Amino acid sequence: MLSRNAANLYWLGRYVERADYLCRLLDATIRLAALPATHGGAGTAWEAAILSASAAEAFASTGRRMTDTEVSRFLAVDPANPSSIRCCLERARTNARALRTALTAETWEAINAAWLEVQRFGTSVGETLTLMRLVETVKQSLLAFDGAAHRNQLREPTYWFMRLGTSIERADNTARLLDQKYHILLPRTEPVGGSLDYFQWTTILRTVSALTAYRWVYRDAVKPWLVADLLILRKAMPRSLAACYEDAVFYLDRLALDRGRQGPANRLAVAGLKRLEAETIDTLFQRGLHEFLLQFIADNNALGDAIAEQHLF
Amino acid sequence: MGAAFDEMFGHGGYPERVDPQAVRPAYAQVAAWLAASSQELLETRRRQAELFFRRIGITFAVYGDPDADERLIPFDIIPRIISAEEWAVVEEGLKQRVAALNAFCADVYGAREILRAGVLPEDLVFANPQFCLHQLGFRPAGGVWVHIAGIDLVRTGPGEFLVLEDNARTPSGVSYMLENREVMLRLVPELITGETDEGGVRPVETYPEQLYATLRSVAPPGCRGEPTVALLTPGLHNSAYYEHSFLADKMGVELVEGSDLFVHDDVLYMRTTAGPARVDVLYRRVDDAFLDPLVFRPDSLLGIPGLVRACHAGNLTLANAIGTGIADDKAIYSYMPEIVRFYTGRDPILPNVPTWRCREPEALAEVLDRLPELVVKEVDGSGGYGMLVGPHATAAEVEAFRAKLRADPAKFIAQPTLALSTCPTLTDAGIAPRHVDLRPFILTGAHGVTVIPGGLTRVAMREGSLVVNSSQGGGTKDTWVLGPGTDARASS
Repeated sequence: MLSRNAANLYWLGRYVERADYLCRLLDATIRLAALPATHGGAGTAWEAAILSASAAEAFASTGRRMTDTEVSRFLAVDPANPSSIRCCLERARTNARALRTALTAETWEAINAAWLEVQRFGTSVGETLTLMRLVETVKQSLLAFDGAAHRNQLREPTYWFMRLGTSIERADNTARLLDQKYHILLPRTEPVGGSLDYFQWTTILRTVSALTAYRWVYRDAVKPWLVADLLILRKAMPRSLAACYEDAVFYLDRLALDRGRQGPANRLAVAGLKRLEAETIDTLFQRGLHEFLLQFIADNNALGDAIAEQHLF
Repeated sequence: MGAAFDEMFGHGGYPERVDPQAVRPAYAQVAAWLAASSQELLETRRRQAELFFRRIGITFAVYGDPDADERLIPFDIIPRIISAEEWAVVEEGLKQRVAALNAFCADVYGAREILRAGVLPEDLVFANPQFCLHQLGFRPAGGVWVHIAGIDLVRTGPGEFLVLEDNARTPSGVSYMLENREVMLRLVPELITGETDEGGVRPVETYPEQLYATLRSVAPPGCRGEPTVALLTPGLHNSAYYEHSFLADKMGVELVEGSDLFVHDDVLYMRTTAGPARVDVLYRRVDDAFLDPLVFRPDSLLGIPGLVRACHAGNLTLANAIGTGIADDKAIYSYMPEIVRFYTGRDPILPNVPTWRCREPEALAEVLDRLPELVVKEVDGSGGYGMLVGPHATAAEVEAFRAKLRADPAKFIAQPTLALSTCPTLTDAGIAPRHVDLRPFILTGAHGVTVIPGGLTRVAMREGSLVVNSSQGGGTKDTWVLGPGTDARASS
């Protein structure tokens, strides 16, 4: 496979995943913002959303006020924000277009449709209902994209590079989301605060579509250390760091089999997975959640670089 | 200019309602369909077609118009139909024409017999910017120079097909031929699969396979084992990018850009995730000038240094070969009847449009005299840019062009404004005649010539307009070549 195509596929996977994450983040924030400020809702919810999207600096540089309309516009459709849903889809589509030959017609049509849909909304979303419709539409298109890829793409490097991008981006998103909230994710030894935190925890879960999953896995009230456990260590949870690394190892293995040798990226991914498997949530809290997440994000970036180098991007 | 010949109604003029009994026989079935369909239904079909095209992302960037980066090319749902008898003549004529183009390339870069015979002036070849000195003495694999040709035809009467232009460099439009058929199969399947006395619609969908077979047949002598084919595109922002990716996809070959390729020891490689992979045949959709900065433009970022050497070393076949622009040059065009006679020993089956060479003083005088009624083209222009359509130009435009002509007459040729045939086309005001041309595609491999039964019918969507180029607002139609029913069924 052409190295340029491999890079395009990898980034296609990443942009689609980022757009999907932003949709879920906006979705969860709309809910949170509906609560009174004393519960972490109203204006503070949008401030938190900007942080969870790792876009605080970019937003500050626009000089706009931190209101729901401004933040949602910035995250959803602002052409000047390179990480807005609109821009992610734009770049995903450009990448897909550059490798039309590597995608099935249906996979291409799905990403093209997602892009067309978001174009229809223009560059401002106005009221919350419009925003919700945009979020829902994009989510549906991206599900169609994933479905088309899953059902129809040949299981060959094309597919694996795309899925690899998805895994790395997913891990990055989950880790950053958790790190923005590490101060409210407390070990079980700490006394748990009031209902304010409860809504913060459920918002985290909603952002990664895991609230129902949480209840199924733990059959318990929402507790902060279990939220951390679910999103970091539980392999059954598809957006957990452990699940992302299990996927990354799997796709890197497939690629290695295809080219007949393993490389540094394979070793880094396996080491990352082993580290996650060796942890328990208690040891993690003992060493410091914030430190752990920072290290993870750095390691994950290093893995991204190793993937590019190994496959001659 | 009198009333043009119409593909469906002949010289009979446009009736109030379409009468299936009163059309040329090949159109009987389509006429019945039109007669039975309301304008509303036809509009619905047109919208469905548009939606389909938009979804699959057929796009056509228009140069110099940033807003139109991905403008949709208009598609008309009423097909253009050519009967089996008409096609038999066109097909023979195209084979003859393309054989002559190939023989001409081999000759001017080889023995130059045609120049020694004095068929055309030497300076027209040697001083021609399209003449490529680097190709002197080059012998491409299988002796083929023009592997893929698109010959633009216009029609002026029942049996009168004329060659308007030869495209022997990197002709485009074949993806529209294929997608148009796909859309028609979805919109009006019963019309295409139906059988009539005139036969069925011959399929065009085998084109990518035939193209692939053609490319493999001209593997270079240095190729070991199965040849690896790749398609070279200038990239995403080229107006024909969609077509490049479409063809690469249908052939199952890599779509490469200049940056994906490099030459080492006179062998071409592409950069892959598993290291360099050798390329034997390159179907390039990049102009000569941007292929190899060592030979052509040193400022080109699109080129691959050493590409020409790889060809000359017998390790690479380029399709089309470098230098074929000499054969489809507009200045050479006017000599094509003589060129065809010289190499095939027969009169051209498809005549040229009468052409004045403005480089000749008497011709120039006549052209200047009759400018408001003529079409004048730059010899190295394309895409409908830089041309004058006399009858449709303002007096000021004509005078401006007159000055250009006087300043550099050798840059221009002139032709009478032809009454291009019209074809019924769906407009906002109902079914109306619009002028059309036809670009059939011809493949030449080591084992012979294949003419695809169909082609791209371009239609000038504006009333009375004669400019069919998509960059000038032209649209397309599906082109049906009828043939014996058995033939069509067997290969579809």
